[in-house]
Amino acid sequence: MSLLDRVRALLGDDAVDVPATHDGVPRVAPGSPDAVALLLGTARSEGWRVRIEGAGTWLAADAPADLALTTRRLDKIPAIEPQDLSATAEAGIGCDLLRQQLADRGTWLALDPPGLAGRTLGSVVATATAGPLRQGFGSIRDHLLGVTFVTGDGRLVQSGGRVMKNVAGYDLTKLEAGGFGAFGVIVLVHLRLRAVPRADRTLVLEGSREDLAQVTDDIAAAGIQPAAHELLSPALARRERWTLAIRFAGSAALVSAEETGLGAATGGRFTALRADEAHALWTHAAESFAARPVAFRVGALPDSSDELLDLLQHQVGDEWISASPGIGAIRWGGETTADRLRRLRRTLAGLEVPLTLERAPWPVRAAVGHFGAYREGVGPLVAGLRRTFDPGEAFVVAVEGTE
Amino acid sequence: MTGTPFVEALAEIVGARHVRTALPERVTYARDGLPTHRHVPGVVVLPGSRDEVVAVVRLLAALGVPFVPRGAGTGLSGGALADDDAVLVVLTRLNRILKIDPQNRLAVVEPGVVNARLSAAVAPHGLQYTPDPSSQTACTIGGNVAENSGGPHCLKYGVTANHVLALEVVLADGRVVELGSPGGEPWGPDLVGLFVGSEGNFGIATRIAVRLLPLPRAVRTLLADFSALRTAGEAVSAVIASGIVPAALEMMDQSCIRAVEDSVFAAGYPRDAAAVLLLELDGGREEAVAADAETIEAILRANGARTVVGAADAKQRERLWLGRKKAFGAMGRLSRDLVVQDAVVPRSALPDVLETIGRIAAAYGLTVSNVFHAGDGNLHPNISFDGRVPGLKARVDAASSEMMEACIAAGGTITGEHGVGLDKLRYMPLIFDGDSLAAMRAVRLVFDPEERVNPGKVVPVHACREWAGAVRPAPMRALA
Repeated sequence: MSLLDRVRALLGDDAVDVPATHDGVPRVAPGSPDAVALLLGTARSEGWRVRIEGAGTWLAADAPADLALTTRRLDKIPAIEPQDLSATAEAGIGCDLLRQQLADRGTWLALDPPGLAGRTLGSVVATATAGPLRQGFGSIRDHLLGVTFVTGDGRLVQSGGRVMKNVAGYDLTKLEAGGFGAFGVIVLVHLRLRAVPRADRTLVLEGSREDLAQVTDDIAAAGIQPAAHELLSPALARRERWTLAIRFAGSAALVSAEETGLGAATGGRFTALRADEAHALWTHAAESFAARPVAFRVGALPDSSDELLDLLQHQVGDEWISASPGIGAIRWGGETTADRLRRLRRTLAGLEVPLTLERAPWPVRAAVGHFGAYREGVGPLVAGLRRTFDPGEAFVVAVEGTE
Repeated sequence: MTGTPFVEALAEIVGARHVRTALPERVTYARDGLPTHRHVPGVVVLPGSRDEVVAVVRLLAALGVPFVPRGAGTGLSGGALADDDAVLVVLTRLNRILKIDPQNRLAVVEPGVVNARLSAAVAPHGLQYTPDPSSQTACTIGGNVAENSGGPHCLKYGVTANHVLALEVVLADGRVVELGSPGGEPWGPDLVGLFVGSEGNFGIATRIAVRLLPLPRAVRTLLADFSALRTAGEAVSAVIASGIVPAALEMMDQSCIRAVEDSVFAAGYPRDAAAVLLLELDGGREEAVAADAETIEAILRANGARTVVGAADAKQRERLWLGRKKAFGAMGRLSRDLVVQDAVVPRSALPDVLETIGRIAAAYGLTVSNVFHAGDGNLHPNISFDGRVPGLKARVDAASSEMMEACIAAGGTITGEHGVGLDKLRYMPLIFDGDSLAAMRAVRLVFDPEERVNPGKVVPVHACREWAGAVRPAPMRALA
């Protein structure tokens, strides 16, 4: 009996009626969290190696495995609660569909992750890929009230809940957000929402990086608090020079006051975009990263952002860069080699700056690892946590590189 | 353990006067802020530096002695209590602010730094540390990290976990690990996020890097009063649905209002109101905050507020907040003992749950005062009682259980900011199944394979299913 026949017997025909993978790895799409648990429990006992997939638009579906587990049939939204500003969604829902459903109920998930619009929620959470709105609304984990995940040996584990504050037990949600699937397959996500902003404005300013760095300082000194404050490379902004894009979102009074403040602090140099122009700018910036084979993020102190951009330019080029200088977060996209990434990670580690590899072809991921250059004592903890949540090493995840 | 070579070894590390072995001294550490649990520690040790903490923990590891980290002891879950076979490691002497970096808006502190002291220290730089538990004039940042503490202003700014960037942690075996980075990006998975709120079970944080935020340039504080508790609860939902996020949105019921008004913290709350809402709006733009305050005032009036008054000046604002923050102290007037409960419900469930709590209190003949973070749905039903009255504590326990069950039934949880500790241990199986509890225990074993740090707290071991991936705890060694 083939592996797929066995899965068919276990989960039914629907679970295997999915498009084939390009590399011949059998692809299975469980239709419920319990089915994921059943499948992984079987994988553990059979010794199958499993790679986790969402829509396949962010992390390449290319890891060597016996089985590809896609979350694409986990696409339900069990609850949207406008009065509570919370929602519960399955991990395989596309972010575009989720966003639309939320908007229909007057709610908003203040996340603008890189990648295509149809990226799954589970992918965004598992890779903790926040976009420019991280400036005003925090990283991925700040939007999560809880998650349910399945371990490598098929246990369903719930963490957190659907209320705004929760300290009942250890916060395993934090481990799953940005764990790249090494500690479980996320199947259900409880989200913290906001009301759809009454006003949403984007203003841009082109200039040299040095000039825009000064403007960034001026904005901070004036106490302006944008929802996004993003420095975009010329290619990313589709403009001739670097672009500082400022986004305000909130009540009409807030946005108007902040826009006035921005004008006063910067001598009225910014240009306000029409809504369609703003949408095009942010969408292009997000989608561009899905068109490059490699993306990584670094998190530095805000006052070292400029120095780090110089370093990136020198070591891997700076064609595709989106940086939030107000909080020191930088995302890089492009083509590069495993050796260069390793060298860059070592250099950055010397500056106390972590590099997290967000996407790359499998050979690069396997060589470099999503994580590396751990601080003292972190490696054994990560190894212990992996053993805890994946005792049979079922998940094919390049947590650390081969160096 | 008194007078043993073990105690002498501790004294050699920290100095004899920082090891407390006499019963009267140890008894002073027998409780935290919750009066219903009493455990006298075997020894109390107060290290004065990070190196002393490491040395103490290594000694305890070598001897296999369990220990409990403790800050100021203001916790409300019995979480920082040690039994007589364990050592209480009190961290209040590690109270230095190591670094304030205004440019990058961060500070690095030792765990014993008092919360309010940090905010005061960074205020001259135009910055604030926003988590503000009601006990902030006494509680420590280390305790806040252990409990993932909240506070009124967490509605807009988030709880402790949202503000901790990096940690230096001494594990149970004395190894020192560095988690997170000052820029906020972790080295690997988010172990800082995992550590915060672990109630001391994962080790002792000896250095804590926290994010600071700019002090708001504009603030509006509003007091709205209501003739029915349910109406006030409904008004909370209306405010939240408006899309304007107040910095704080607090509720006090009549019993609480009267306790405050009868105390030295009298704030001018209307004594005849069934409930008041205390709201604060803040931001960087005066005109925006003023406009949002007008909108909120209109929403409150449209949703049943009898009156809405704004604080005329900083002094009145301070007075309104003092009444709220000292409400727990004011309730001390109501009776000899006070159980401060903590639960969270979906905000839309507040009106129903408040009525249910009232019914439970009436059924048990108990006085319950509600003062809580309404904007987050984080309830604090406080039961006043005299523990000397035979049978009364059992009634308080039974009523507390029913209240927790009501919150769980409404889709809520058993603690929003006080932690599980000892007090909520029995409720954990009501919200987590055996696998989920086992997963938590298995994570704890990664940090502390012998389960020696703060033993017996957070996860009820009897309710955990067997976990294949767990590291097997080594057998406990005999005490020195």
